[in-house]
Amino acid sequence: MTITRRTTLRALASGVAMTMLLGANLAHSADETVKIGYAVAKTGPNATGAGITTIPNYELWVKDINAAGGLTMPDGSKRMIEVIEYDDRSSNEDLVRAIERLATKDKVDLILPPWGTGSNLAIAPLMDRFGYPQAAVTAVTDKAPEFAARWKRSYWMLGGGHDYANGLADVLKAAVAAGTINNKIAMVSVADGFGIDLVNGARPSFKEAGLEVVYDKTYPLGTSDFAALMAEAQASGADSFVAFSYPPDSFGMTKTAQSMGYNPKVFYVGVGGAFPIYGQIADGKQEGVMSIGGVNAASPAIKDYFARHTDSAGAPPDSWASAITYASLEMLAQAVERVGLDHGKLAGELSTGTFSTIIGDVKLEDNQLRDLWWVGQWQGGTFVAVNPSDKDGAVAPVIPKPNW
Amino acid sequence: MIRLAIALLGLVALAVVPLFASEYELGLLIGMATYVALASAWALFSGQTNYISLATVAFYGTGAYTVAVLNESLPYPAVLLCAALIGAGMALLVGLSTLRLSGIYFVIFTFGLAELVRQLITWYEVSITGTLGRYIFLDLTARDIYWQMLALAAVAIGLTAWINRTRLGLALRAIGDDEVVAAHSGIHLARTKLIAFTLSATLITLVGAVASPRWVYVEPLIVFNPTVSFLTVIMALLGGANRLWGPLVGAIPLFLLFEWLSVNFPDTYPIFLGLLFIAVVFVLPNGVLAGLDDLRARFGRRGK
Amino acid sequence: MTTLVLGLVLGGTYALLALGLTLQYGIARIMNLAYGEVTLLAAFGLVFLFQTAGLPPLVAIILIAPAGYLTGWLLYTFMMRPLVQRATGKPGKLEVDSILATFGLLFVLQGIMLVLFGANFTSISYLDQGVNVLGVSVALNRLIAFAICLVAGLGLIVLLNWSRWGLILRAVALTPGSAPLVGIDVNKVSRQGFALGTALAAVGGASIAMYQTFSANDGVIFTMKALIIVIMGGVGNVAGALAAGFALGLVETFVATTFDPGLTLAATFAIFLAVLIWRPQGLFGRRS
Repeated sequence: MTITRRTTLRALASGVAMTMLLGANLAHSADETVKIGYAVAKTGPNATGAGITTIPNYELWVKDINAAGGLTMPDGSKRMIEVIEYDDRSSNEDLVRAIERLATKDKVDLILPPWGTGSNLAIAPLMDRFGYPQAAVTAVTDKAPEFAARWKRSYWMLGGGHDYANGLADVLKAAVAAGTINNKIAMVSVADGFGIDLVNGARPSFKEAGLEVVYDKTYPLGTSDFAALMAEAQASGADSFVAFSYPPDSFGMTKTAQSMGYNPKVFYVGVGGAFPIYGQIADGKQEGVMSIGGVNAASPAIKDYFARHTDSAGAPPDSWASAITYASLEMLAQAVERVGLDHGKLAGELSTGTFSTIIGDVKLEDNQLRDLWWVGQWQGGTFVAVNPSDKDGAVAPVIPKPNW
Repeated sequence: MIRLAIALLGLVALAVVPLFASEYELGLLIGMATYVALASAWALFSGQTNYISLATVAFYGTGAYTVAVLNESLPYPAVLLCAALIGAGMALLVGLSTLRLSGIYFVIFTFGLAELVRQLITWYEVSITGTLGRYIFLDLTARDIYWQMLALAAVAIGLTAWINRTRLGLALRAIGDDEVVAAHSGIHLARTKLIAFTLSATLITLVGAVASPRWVYVEPLIVFNPTVSFLTVIMALLGGANRLWGPLVGAIPLFLLFEWLSVNFPDTYPIFLGLLFIAVVFVLPNGVLAGLDDLRARFGRRGK
Repeated sequence: MTTLVLGLVLGGTYALLALGLTLQYGIARIMNLAYGEVTLLAAFGLVFLFQTAGLPPLVAIILIAPAGYLTGWLLYTFMMRPLVQRATGKPGKLEVDSILATFGLLFVLQGIMLVLFGANFTSISYLDQGVNVLGVSVALNRLIAFAICLVAGLGLIVLLNWSRWGLILRAVALTPGSAPLVGIDVNKVSRQGFALGTALAAVGGASIAMYQTFSANDGVIFTMKALIIVIMGGVGNVAGALAAGFALGLVETFVATTFDPGLTLAATFAIFLAVLIWRPQGLFGRRS
């Protein structure tokens, strides 16, 4: 079979990894490196999300670790990280093959997860078969408990749709109780996995919180014009506008709301609201806008992380999944330091260990990270966390939102 | 006869390869078999008639979706049968409605069709079932998928070979040469096109159905990815769409090249890919096989 | 009323997007799948000029349009011309070749943009205060795009119908085979048509950049929207493209407000496919 022989091509580390290796201490010989592989979308529809949340954090982490001399092993020795990265072209078929390649051809020591819920689900059975632990950081799914039970070495770290919806319902309920807003909500959602998960969570939890959804529409993925939708939401008489949207939609709605002078007392958008670029999109008028996620902006670790990220990637991280992504990598490094690279032991340590990360001390519950921020808000140029309100670092929400 | 024997021998050899291949190599083989099957099935209709169809992914995605919907309620072979029937039904419907279209209009119609199917399924899932994204938990190994895919590729090529010898093949070629002349010489245009289109689409639907268990998680955006349609066309045309082995000759090297490029140039990969397409169009306008024939003819002449 | 105004404004942006493509395919017979990428390139160009050189977008558009013309001219001369020559006398050959070649071009341009600008979302804020139009609040930048569309579209119609050059363009569009008989240099005219189409694509892209967030991966979406409008309006038919663009905008807005926003895109494609089957020459095209 010439076919299989021809593919026996040496996997070159990417340009990024190369520069890192060049900067490395030459005393480390090649066989001492820890090979870490990942396949993420560099092209195609997933490239934007991966380019904001996943790739910069992987690069930053590798840089940080290698600058410190490498990953620490249980015996105290240090081994440099060598990166092997592939482009999955936003196609699950390519992604599955890239993971097979990393596991069987490149025989990497660790595999970092791809970006997105679908991608992480697509590789979960493979990772399980090859025995690699998979910290699915960018997967939002209500079925996380089920998946964690199905694939014992998978970790689900971004919660599910119901969590975010319940968090938002909490915030709105409190504001209604305080008499700052009426109990009517205009809600739109994108017709895609994420939007549906959230809206399905939101309908019952809004109802339970005594909130009335007066406008409830779903729009198709790829919609670029929101004028009609927003005009209807404005006419609905609701004080709260809630959009379970994807980044381009979140941005489009913000601009549309600004230009038509739509000033609901609560303006909530989905993914993208916590992106650093959001301020620019909103023309500096992002104050009071709510969205998913949030960070403890007062924490020195987070401040330091934002500074290092800005330094390394040229832009600050997003304030939702980025910090979690970086924290998951810190967990990985600490787990390796405690038990080494054996996949079984590593998986056990990730499940049961407690780790000190930029988002505080982390301990997974049933292989899931539950200690998360559900709702955040732009306040004074930073995206701060407002819910759960009893969590350390939570800030009181500003309602009503100042006019655009 | 000898050709048939060689082809069968090759098939047997390919069927035993996975017993020795690693997971990754097996993954590559599945990918290659998938695209050989897609391109060959596509060429069954489009290669002969010159009707460039971009609806490949509409059928491919439908196949995958059928498996996703039915995999928990029906046994696997029945699911495949359902997929084939749905694909054939859809193809008949589409074929009947597009009989009047030709040239660029057909190309664009098929492209629009893929999008329409995706939008409708999305809307249905969102508003009626209230979920999007389904899971396929089937107990199939990569090897099983490979063997099924290999069988499909063999069927696609075998069927093409058989059709080429029948009146249907003759009629299809006549349509490809000149539709008016074909009609005048007594060929039933509509029936001929419809039969070929349905056969081709049914095979493509099955390819989607067989490939889907590898993804576990299926949603419209994933299975109705228009790149699949384009890649299929490019591969078939590269090899020579009107030749029996053309799609295979185009699909294998292109597939490996994509893999190699994405491994070695993850950042600049699309640029290389694009330049390659352009180069193919300029250097090998009628496909590799025709290019080889030209070369042979030229050397043959020089030899004399 | 709201539906009408919003629909028309949306339709205007669609129509502007489609004008260039209808010229490229109508006159030069090139089905340009990289059309959306060219549009995006202009959009990035506008953002670049605005952010680094501080040029107001409306001035930048005036610079981008000739740049687009030049790009189109070069593309036609070096990439399309050989294909056109090769395809003489072979019906359908040019269509297949141009689809494949421009599909390659699509990847090249997309790759270049990813390398240059990254995969991030890009957007600028420019004139996005609301303006009251018949009781409906519309963003000023959208109105400007609408005006550009009207000016470009009507200008083209006048040019094509009442100037000598327009007559020649139309002659080539109708019967490329017999145009040389009356002394028309088909190659030159095709090149002009393609370049003009590219210039319009650039203007369309630049005006989109004024009001919409975009990323380097969005080209295909633009191409598809433009393609649908071109086919519905009748290939090469500028007035048809304008009308089809407006019709599409109205339909989308109407479906979104009265039925279900989830069905807007499905409605678009359904109408498009119906038009194709019922009148393959387009709603406003003549039967050939």
